[in-house]
Formats: sequence, structure tokens, C-alpha cells
Amino acid sequence: MLGGVFHAAVLFLVAAGLQLVFGVQKILNLACGSFYALGAYAGVSAVSWALAAGAPPPIFPLVLVGAGLGLALVGPVIERLLRTIYDRDESFQLLLTFALVLMFEDVIRFVWGTAPHQLSSAYLVYGQLRVGGLVIPVYNLVVIAAGGAIAALMGFLLARTRFGRIVRATAENRGMAEAMGVDVSRVYVRVFTLGVALGTVGGALVIPATAAVNEMGIDLIVEAFAVVVIGGLGSMRGAVAGALIVGIMRAVAVATYPEVEMLAIYVVVIAVLVLRPAGLFAKAAA
Amino acid sequence: MSLRLAVAAALGALALFPLAGRDYYATLMLPFFGYGIALLGLNLLFGTTGLLSFGHALFVALGAYTAAFLTSKLGVLDLEVILMAAAVAGAVIALPTGLLCVRYVRIYFGMLTLAFGMLFYSFLLKFYAVTGGDEGMRVLRPRLLGLAWTSFSKVEFLTGPFYYYSLAVLVLGAVVMWRIVRSPFGLGLRAIRENAGKAEFTGVDVRRYRLSAFVVAAVFGAVGGALLPIPTGLADPLLAYWTHSGNLVFMLLLGGFGNFFGPVLGAFVFIVLQDQVMSITQYWRFVFGAILAVVVVFFPQGLTGLLDRRQRAGT
Repeated sequence: MLGGVFHAAVLFLVAAGLQLVFGVQKILNLACGSFYALGAYAGVSAVSWALAAGAPPPIFPLVLVGAGLGLALVGPVIERLLRTIYDRDESFQLLLTFALVLMFEDVIRFVWGTAPHQLSSAYLVYGQLRVGGLVIPVYNLVVIAAGGAIAALMGFLLARTRFGRIVRATAENRGMAEAMGVDVSRVYVRVFTLGVALGTVGGALVIPATAAVNEMGIDLIVEAFAVVVIGGLGSMRGAVAGALIVGIMRAVAVATYPEVEMLAIYVVVIAVLVLRPAGLFAKAAA
Repeated sequence: MSLRLAVAAALGALALFPLAGRDYYATLMLPFFGYGIALLGLNLLFGTTGLLSFGHALFVALGAYTAAFLTSKLGVLDLEVILMAAAVAGAVIALPTGLLCVRYVRIYFGMLTLAFGMLFYSFLLKFYAVTGGDEGMRVLRPRLLGLAWTSFSKVEFLTGPFYYYSLAVLVLGAVVMWRIVRSPFGLGLRAIRENAGKAEFTGVDVRRYRLSAFVVAAVFGAVGGALLPIPTGLADPLLAYWTHSGNLVFMLLLGGFGNFFGPVLGAFVFIVLQDQVMSITQYWRFVFGAILAVVVVFFPQGLTGLLDRRQRAGT
């Protein structure tokens, strides 16, 4: 159950990046799974480097978040590439992000090789907590807290700040926002970079708990995608709810009927698409 | 007509190819036949009807597993029967999924097809007893036209009878698809792509037409998919994975979806290029991603669009 919430926290980060970009730029970014994988590998490298430099274990999450944020610098570059097709059909946008998926897969293979990278030492540093008969790794709680904090921060950013108002206005009506004096292309760059950062930080945070493997990006994207569909495209609240549903459902399925683990998720996705195609929490706001 | 000449020349070259004695390249052509058939179907959905499926690999995998199931579990070795069974299986699965999928267009259609594809993938992966899980299922050498060709070695069989058999199925598939696209039904599908609302007003039953296109595409996908695992002798779950669907769309776009022969050309170029690039570098995905990006950004009409500029104005 808690494992499910842990998974949900990570899923939420990636799905939130997906939602943000879809809400504002109307692009379904298949490459957000690649950002997640990229973040994971960079996280491994950053922590090994910090260990070598003699950094104390408690600051690992900060190192990981830092690695994730640093990677977000690829955001503006990729946004520049996507900008060429904003006015094109959605099919082409989807395909261009698929091209990015293929390229990032090999970039990772080139830089980090095909062997799994693991950081199990950092995972155990935090120890475990015993509650009744349950053993809970403390690191999982750290990640869940971080996921919750980022969710709250995103909510604040979008609902309460000037930047959030501009983003919501742009998502609502691009032409109108432009007419009101919003520099839309700058908003796009920032939103996309933020979306990338959510993915890379999510990937970096998961790394002490699991190994970084080549397929993690393309595997996660379909789950993030399930989250987005269940929660409703473009809705932040939906991303939270969807991530919790998928994460917990997966944990329950693994514990009871391991065969239906993924099957159950897709059945729910299809059910939601058929019954409520706009998602459970469909809202225009990003 | 230059088109007729080009097609005849391509057919002639393909027919004479195995005689050149380069067995490696002849076996390289075998997946091309399978993919060519599957893409003819996919193009009916995307190029003609305007629906982008990100789950076409479902039907390719369905065909492959039909071949695996019939040969290794039921002992049915006649390829004619296998192809018929794959076509029926494709139609049977496509009918209910299509009913749900064609209620949506654009991005939702793509997402729903992707979800169905992944549903099938996880079924193949997890139900070990039926499907062999991640090890896949063996596909035995089929009988062609009632003959077992036992005197042929594996390579002789593949580059000889099986090569011509697959080529014949591809030609047959192309002829059937040509008739479909040129029929009033095909015209109705093009009308739907251009403007679904107008098509409805002129008496086209939009949903029914889309569903029919979906089922036809699935049948082509399954028949092509049934040919695919025979050279390797193995059907594995990755055939249904979403990146495989992505590759199918990639081939389609590479060849050009606005042209009838675009998908077939795309499958050919993709397979030859993949073989060449893989022999140079292990990072072929990067090269292919870059190629796809260039095609999407600069040449959305694909190779056939480049070869025939007039096509640009036409579609």
C-alpha cells in the first residue's frame, strides 16, 4: 500500500509534467518518460560523485533534486525543436516526440551503457521504520513528502502567482493571451522547461529505490499516460488523483494477482476513456 | 504511365532478386513483405481516413501469435489456413475494439488504440501458460500450397518458396487495397478525412465507415503479422509493445501516407536502412529518431512526396 503511494508520488511528477505541457502547448509529449530516465541516470552519477567528494548521506535528496533541475536545461533546446510544428496536426507532434524517445534512448545507452545502475547503499542509509508489523523504508517517506510538497508548490504556482495566471490564460486561449500582451513563446519555453524538470526530478528521486535501466523511460510513459487519461488531460488535480489510483492499484494487484498488474491499469484506462473520455477530473485549467 | 512502369519494375526486381544468390538480402526482404501488408492497412486508417492509430502493433502481434498458436499448439501447418485464421482473428478482435475506438478522433483515438495495444501486450507477457510470456512462442515451418518442402534447407525454403509466397500475398493485398481505396467506400473515407461533418450530410455513415476502415486495417495487420515470425520462428510479446506501433507509423510517414505505394516504400526503406545503420553503429535508434524528426519537420509527405511534388498539392 505504501509502496503504491511511493510509486504514485513519482508517477505524479512525471504525469504533472505531461499535463502541464499538454494543457498549455496541446502537445502530448511521449518523451516525458525519457526525461524521467535521463533524470534517473543523472541522479546515479550525481550521487556517486557526491559520495566520492565525501558528502554526508542526508543531503542525497538535495543532490538528486539538483541533478534533476540541472538536466531541465535541455528543456529550452527541445522546445525550440517542437516550436517548428505547433501549428501542425497532432499526429505529427506525437510523432516528433516519438522521435525524441528513440534518440534519448540511445543517448542514455551511449553515456551510461546498457548495464543497470544502482545506488542501493544510499537507500539503506535512511534505515527503516517499524510501525506495528510493517517495515517502511524511510527513504520512501522522503519521496512521498517531496512529491506532496511539489504538488502543493505546483498548485500554489498555478493558482496564486502572476506566472500561474499567465500560464492558465495561455492554456485557455492562446490568441487572446497574446492580444493581452503575453509573450506566448516565452511562456511556452518556461512551461516546457518546467515540464521537463518535473520529469527529471521524478526520475532522480526514484533512483535510490530502484536501479536505472534502459527501458525505464518507455515503460513509465505508458503508466504516466494512464494516469493522465484517468485523471483527465490537462488537469493538475487529475494528475494527483490518477497517480494515486494507478500507484495503489498496481501495488494491490502485485500483492494479490500479479498476472493482472498491468492488465488492470489498462482496463481502467479503457473504461475511463469509454465512459468519461474527458477524464474523472476534467477541467480546462492546466 | 510512369507509376505503372515503376511498379512493374519494382515487382520484376523483387521477383528476380533471390536468383542473384545473395541469400542474406533475400531473407532481409521477408519482413518487408509482412510489414508492407500491415502498413497498407494502417494507411487506410491514417492516410485515407485520417485516424492515427498508435496501437496497430496489436493486430500485427495477433497475426504472429495466431501463426504461433496454430503451428506449435494445434499442429495446423498450412499457411493458407493460418493466414485465413489470422484475418478472422483480426476482424473478431477489431470489431469490439473498433466500436469503442472510432467514437473518438484525433488524439483520443490514438490514446485509446495505444491502451488496447498495451492491454494485449500485458496479456501476452503475463499469461505465461497460454502465450509463453516473455519467451514468446515458437512458430514452425508452415506448409505452402499443401506441400511441406522437406527437401529444402531452412535458407532455401525462406529464399525460395516462402519468398515468392510472401511476395504474392503482398501483391494480392495491394490489389485488394487498391480496389478498396478506389471504391465508393474509399471515397467516403476520404470525405470523412477532409470534413467529417460534410461527409455526414452527404449521406456517409461516418461511424460505420470508420469502423469498417478499422476492421479492414486490422485484417491487413494480422495477415502481415502472420508472415512476420516465420523467418525467425518466434513470436514474442514485444511485437505488441507501443514502440512497435510507433515504428509502424514511422515507416508509414517515411514512405509518405499521401501516396498509395508510400507505406510499402516506407517499409522497404526502413528495413534496408535499419540493416545498414545497425551494421555501422549500435546506436541506430538515435539515427532513426533524427531521421524521423527531419521527416516530420521538413518532409511531412515522406519519400513519395519528395519524388512526386505534384502529390503535395493533391493531398
